[in-house]
Amino acid sequence: MLSHFKSRVRPGQLRELVLIILIILMMLFFSTQIENYFSPRFFNRISTSVAIIAVVAVGQTLVVLTRNIDLSVGSIVGFCAYFVGQTLADNNDISPILVVLMSVGVGALMGSLNGVLVSYGGVPAIIVTLGTLALYRTILVEISDAQTVLTSDLPEWLLELPQQNIASAGGLDLRVMVGLALVVVIFFALVLKYTSFGRRLYAIGSNPEAAKIAGFPSQILVFTAFVLSGALSGLAGFMFLARFGNITVVAGLGMELESVAAVVVGGVSTNGGTGTVFGALLGAILINVLEQSLIRWLSISEFWRDFLLGFLILLAVAADQLIMNRIRDYWARDTYQLATEAAEPSLSTSQGNESDVQ
Amino acid sequence: MSNRLRRLVSWEGFLLVLLLVTVFINSSIAPAYLSVENWVNIFQLSIEKIIVALAMTFIIINAEIDLSVASVMGLSAAVLAFLHLAGAPMAGAVIIALLVGLICGLFNGFWISFVGIPSLVVTLATLIMFRGGARILLEDRSIGDFPEWFNRLGQDALLGPFPLGIVLFVLFVVLVVIVLQYSGFGRYVYVIGNSSNVARYSGIKVRRVKILLFTLSGFVAAVAGVLFAARLGAVRGDTALGFELDIITMVLLGGVSIFGGSGSIYGVLLSILIVLNLRNGMSLVNLTGHLQTGVIGILLILSVLIPNIAGYARRAWEKRRYAQQIRETAV
Repeated sequence: MLSHFKSRVRPGQLRELVLIILIILMMLFFSTQIENYFSPRFFNRISTSVAIIAVVAVGQTLVVLTRNIDLSVGSIVGFCAYFVGQTLADNNDISPILVVLMSVGVGALMGSLNGVLVSYGGVPAIIVTLGTLALYRTILVEISDAQTVLTSDLPEWLLELPQQNIASAGGLDLRVMVGLALVVVIFFALVLKYTSFGRRLYAIGSNPEAAKIAGFPSQILVFTAFVLSGALSGLAGFMFLARFGNITVVAGLGMELESVAAVVVGGVSTNGGTGTVFGALLGAILINVLEQSLIRWLSISEFWRDFLLGFLILLAVAADQLIMNRIRDYWARDTYQLATEAAEPSLSTSQGNESDVQ
Repeated sequence: MSNRLRRLVSWEGFLLVLLLVTVFINSSIAPAYLSVENWVNIFQLSIEKIIVALAMTFIIINAEIDLSVASVMGLSAAVLAFLHLAGAPMAGAVIIALLVGLICGLFNGFWISFVGIPSLVVTLATLIMFRGGARILLEDRSIGDFPEWFNRLGQDALLGPFPLGIVLFVLFVVLVVIVLQYSGFGRYVYVIGNSSNVARYSGIKVRRVKILLFTLSGFVAAVAGVLFAARLGAVRGDTALGFELDIITMVLLGGVSIFGGSGSIYGVLLSILIVLNLRNGMSLVNLTGHLQTGVIGILLILSVLIPNIAGYARRAWEKRRYAQQIRETAV
């Protein structure tokens, strides 16, 4: 019975289940603390902010899977939001598709600089992206000249975008932006699961040496992961612009930490090779629910947000290190045993042990 | 080995040339640049960062990283301000602030050496967490009004023209040079950085060394945070935000390998001088603070990229020479 269960469920899925339960428990707890907690408005607000961070977190997942990290995403989001906003404010007639493409393109360009330095320059990702985190923000501050993008300068369609729904049921709306984020999540979940590109990202993260020996074009794959992370940050920058309208030079500040937090809490290991996009989405939801609930919870101040966020990351990683690794070992051992027994039914376990002794 | 030694020497030579060029350009722009007051001022403006950079050198040589130092600085300064606001005596507040830094470092070290989580992740989490702690204590207030003697300690000259921060820095440099370059403990740090497995098999207590280093890093960051509070005379929740970038840049530019095991304190001292003078020079030609951050960011990337490219080039050249040798012997 147990072995049957084990052959169907991955340890990672167990973790995702735990996350879902945790999210539900947290919402139940806050609903006893905060009046009128489960309101449609609250759902809409959380789903929109999850949408933006989820898109960034998907890109971050791709990078972290390869045992790298992208700390520059916050600056890329801010830069794209500002750059596209400024361009739109100067010229309101640019078609929406072109605007999205521009934002994604600028993001991809910034991501490709990261990628080149990491995979061809041999500079560790933490150094590169810490540097470009400062660099991109500096470029933003310099080109903006301390000016702000104002809502009043933006075209009508962009300002209406956050309020538009795909579907609506009893006050619970599925916003266009949420739909967009869902498409991104599902698309990359499929890419990671079913394409050779996705599987190779896992392979590189699990064991970079082995991937190289196996003949994978590691450099171009890592480069692509960084470009995609940049492009998705660009998309998130566009969504950021649509949601807030007013863009200052500090737009997207700290988003890199939030996205890393979402990814790590969602079960993507910083050692690379494990985790899913779906997990990262759950991590993003957990963090956002916590954040938005803390703002409304009167018992403690909203300044607790960062402290709890940091603690949550640490807890998630420690749980991974202490519990999940053990479960994974246990799982793998049993699957291996089952497989060998199935292959050679005449060999019992005791004989296997004897041959070990010899 | 001799190759690595040669590379190190040449890297330090390169830094020395860079430093001389910076000093030369600066002094030709502003005649007052070479005065003692200006040099004291240059050091004083970043004294907290360079003190922490010395501790960071140990951590990075040990093949770890501590991203949380700036948050520890902020937290200990916030604790100091909070206790002062609550009416505690200043000396007691300083001691408790230093203790808080020590505990922060111990906390980092615990997760890294005993739970076994990569330091990058731990200190990234504690970067957020300790900063959150500072925000919880101070919310959005700015707290000043420290006693006169405390502010004077941060701002006024203590020994000749040198304020307390610089005196501490010099003492610390001497200590660090002795410990890192001439003591057994320093050797341990290098060996662990080269290969922590080899170190463990050789009987070095790797965990103990690591936890000690992180505790020290936290303590030094707290000292720097208190100094920062004394120098500025006021503390906010975002005090010292983002300092880790400068600190790590100084260490890496000094030729310390991010992969651990190589680099020396002399290189770091040179790179500290370069970064300080570069910032001073940029101020002289009216480059704003934010542009300086960008330049430091580029410098950080280049400080790792240049040795890499040089390594590629040297290997390619050696290969060619080797091939040529074979061809000649064949003929």
